[in-house]
Amino acid sequence: MSMKATLRQVDSIIVIDMSGRITLGEGCTQLRELVREQLGKGKKELLLNLADITYIDSSGIGELVSAFTTVSNQGGQLKLLNLTKKVHDLLQITKLYTVFDVHDDEAKAIGTFGKAAGA
Amino acid sequence: MTAEASVIEVELESDLKNVEVAEEITRRVSGTVGFSEDDQHKIDMAVHESVINAIWHGNKNDPGKHVWLRFQMFSDRLEIRIRDQGNGYDPSKLPDPLAEENLLNVSGRGIFLLRTFMDEFRVEGIAGGGTEVILVKRINSNNSAQSRRNEP
Ligand SMILES: Nc1ncnc2c1ncn2[C@@H]1O[C@H](COP(=O)(O)OP(=O)(O)O)[C@@H](O)[C@H]1O
Ligand SMILES: [Mg+2]
Repeated sequence: MSMKATLRQVDSIIVIDMSGRITLGEGCTQLRELVREQLGKGKKELLLNLADITYIDSSGIGELVSAFTTVSNQGGQLKLLNLTKKVHDLLQITKLYTVFDVHDDEAKAIGTFGKAAGA
Repeated sequence: MTAEASVIEVELESDLKNVEVAEEITRRVSGTVGFSEDDQHKIDMAVHESVINAIWHGNKNDPGKHVWLRFQMFSDRLEIRIRDQGNGYDPSKLPDPLAEENLLNVSGRGIFLLRTFMDEFRVEGIAGGGTEVILVKRINSNNSAQSRRNEP
């Protein structure tokens, strides 16, 4: 019902495979803690795989934005991978699609870390 | 085919657990009415955001205050009313979440989203206290005009 996350490391990057819902309550809290935990371990390159996320609400969008700014402020990078149409549309209408670095190919996404945004 | 609209009414306590209850009912209703999968999701999300606002901003999480959900099904549309026991607000005075300076805000996108997803959105004060949000989704609001144009 809620959110599930599995972590794996590819090179220096932490890929987080997420499924379920990022909505007010559990889903948002989990995401926040996950990001905080990784930053605490000095892992500042995070790739969120949203392929199996079925539902994001306005709080979930806020949580993604918050994760993005927290990681950026610590000199890290947070990127998004494999958006479903629903999530893609949501980021599009909230004008956040261009704020986030969005990818649909994991290997290519991994390759963009460490480089300056937009490079 | 009948002109009479059917009505479903639910009363919920101000507990965020009830957001899921509201969603469950909404999904049943919108499925019955025959909305597309895409529209069902939009309606679902609009009710989700409205019920959270009613509990959070309207009733200030006071468990003694309630939220009323009312679904009215017409032949051409679904009308949903979400009522709380708060003081209301003026939706025309909300900051624009698309403005450059608000883009990275963590909140303030709920009303914007449900406005985008529904065909009508109104906020009304209730005589004697309380606030009601009215949401309308028309059946085939996106596709029917197109398909009708193709008819001989
Ligand atoms: N039912 C309500 N009663 C009173 N105020 C409300 C209600 N719904 C929304 N608001 C006001 O409108 C603002 C915007 O709501 P919304 O777009 O959902 O963003 P958020 O809930 O993230 O603040 C809220 O911060 C609140 O001030
Ligand atoms: Mg809200």
